[in-house]
Amino acid sequence: MTRLSTKGHRWLGLGAALLASMPLWAAPYYMQLASSALIAAMFALSLQLLTGGAGLVSLAHAGFFGLGAYTVYLLGGGSSVFVSVPAAMLLSGVAATAIGRLALRTRGFYFLMTTLAFGQMLFFLFHDTSLGGGADGVFIARPGLIWAVTKSARPTVFLLLNLATLSLMYFSLWKLMGTMFGQALAGIRVNEDRMRAMGHDVQGLKLAAFIVSGALAGLAGHMAALTDAFVSPELLGWHRSAEALLMILLGGLGALHGPILGAFALTLARELGQSITERQRLVEGVVILAAVLLLRRGLAGWRQ
Amino acid sequence: MGGFLAQILNGLQYGLLLFLISSGLTLIFGVMGVINLAHGSLFMIGAYLAYVVAGLTGQFWLALPAAVVGGLVFGAVLERGLFRKFRQREHLDQVLLTFALILLFEEARAALIDNQFHAVPVPPALDFSVPVIGGFAYSAYRLAVLAICLAVAGGMVAFVERTRIGASIRAAAENSEMVDLLGLDARLIHTLVFASGTALAMLAGALAAPLQSVYPGMGDGFLILSFIVVVIGGLGSIAGAFWAALLVGMIDTLGKVYLPEMAGIAVCGMMALVLLWRPSGLFSRG
Repeated sequence: MTRLSTKGHRWLGLGAALLASMPLWAAPYYMQLASSALIAAMFALSLQLLTGGAGLVSLAHAGFFGLGAYTVYLLGGGSSVFVSVPAAMLLSGVAATAIGRLALRTRGFYFLMTTLAFGQMLFFLFHDTSLGGGADGVFIARPGLIWAVTKSARPTVFLLLNLATLSLMYFSLWKLMGTMFGQALAGIRVNEDRMRAMGHDVQGLKLAAFIVSGALAGLAGHMAALTDAFVSPELLGWHRSAEALLMILLGGLGALHGPILGAFALTLARELGQSITERQRLVEGVVILAAVLLLRRGLAGWRQ
Repeated sequence: MGGFLAQILNGLQYGLLLFLISSGLTLIFGVMGVINLAHGSLFMIGAYLAYVVAGLTGQFWLALPAAVVGGLVFGAVLERGLFRKFRQREHLDQVLLTFALILLFEEARAALIDNQFHAVPVPPALDFSVPVIGGFAYSAYRLAVLAICLAVAGGMVAFVERTRIGASIRAAAENSEMVDLLGLDARLIHTLVFASGTALAMLAGALAAPLQSVYPGMGDGFLILSFIVVVIGGLGSIAGAFWAALLVGMIDTLGKVYLPEMAGIAVCGMMALVLLWRPSGLFSRG
């Protein structure tokens, strides 16, 4: 997977600066929109470790995202983010360990199908039982930040918080992909059997990627719960996993920063689509067809 | 006692419907190597077709041949126009392209019909209960669905196991290159398999229409369950799909009645157990 050079990072930094300056010139609605794009970007970026990194296509990922979001609900009101963030990552990471151990026993089509089913199992857990407050979703008390946030300051604070979290996640993954671990994952993506023959613990490496990726999805879900103060079982549905895959492909499967571009492009396309037609599924369907059939290398590979 | 017996029969009938859907899915995986997330949408299309045909003509029975013929044609067109090209694509592309099909099918349904729930009445000729054992009576239409599914399943097994074309489908499911080596037209077999799979899913949708409401996204639950059936039964195995569909149908039905909170989780849990025990499915030969 391509990691951006310093020059590429200048462009990403410019984008981040633009977002950070939004409180100065943008209406709250657009800051909220930017926040949801940032959360989508975190979610897709966490999946990129698996998909672009190790070549694994998982449909369970929304389950970990939703689990992270529901952690805030399960902790009850009055917890601090310094508790809820580690708790969300831990819970999602533990679930990813259990599901990964089973799903990674399979390959190819079977992996797709088993991750789909396990993701839906998490969905059923919150949709069918009373564990998560019911099938229609539930409003939650936000975990406390260091200081009290007034209602009018929320769009600004959450925009900056989400931007900071995404940046942190991106640079952690950027570092990680440069290590031996990242190299080994790339080896697995290209030729799993050869890596095994060379004596690498392929199963262990894939599981480690699955767990880290699940825990990061939990962080993204936590930020969604913090921003929206609302969780619903729909967060865990497999359509969301497919959307994350779409953002990855749209942005560029071969680039670490691809999912960020993809998330913003999809959010923008939806927003534009909404102003033209009520048929949201049509817009999304057309975006997918364009991404798969025309933009073979994604937005990140536009100039190559 | 009668109530329990009714649930057993419901489970059997649900399992057989599930078999109609997942047998097509497993053959399409096995023979063509294509993952089709839109397979559940074909079930939805079949159900809406039954709703439209029954509404226009007043004859529900016309919906069944309409679903089969319509499914064969629709499936052949989809295979020739789209899925033939998807075969060479990576899994990620196949997932997204067929996900796009789900969205587009649902949008087409919303544009052509609407987004409402609709009831399809049980055909009047079968709108009565049949005494089964003692004082226990069971819906005649549900018994008819059982019989039709069993007949279709029997016919399909006979076709796949006994005919020459069936033999080449089995060969293709085991090893797609073998078909080319045998000098058979693999492309024709692909069209045949995909068209039949589409027809079976649409027939299942039409049969299920009077049993449950017809509603947007109704194929989604069936998609997940038929994926689980395919995993448990083993990719490309008709016999595996049959027994796994009965098992999943039974657990899901009984679960929804006696442990409504746990039904969905129980089915996935069962798949987890099978994966632990035999990662490539109960009936795979590998």
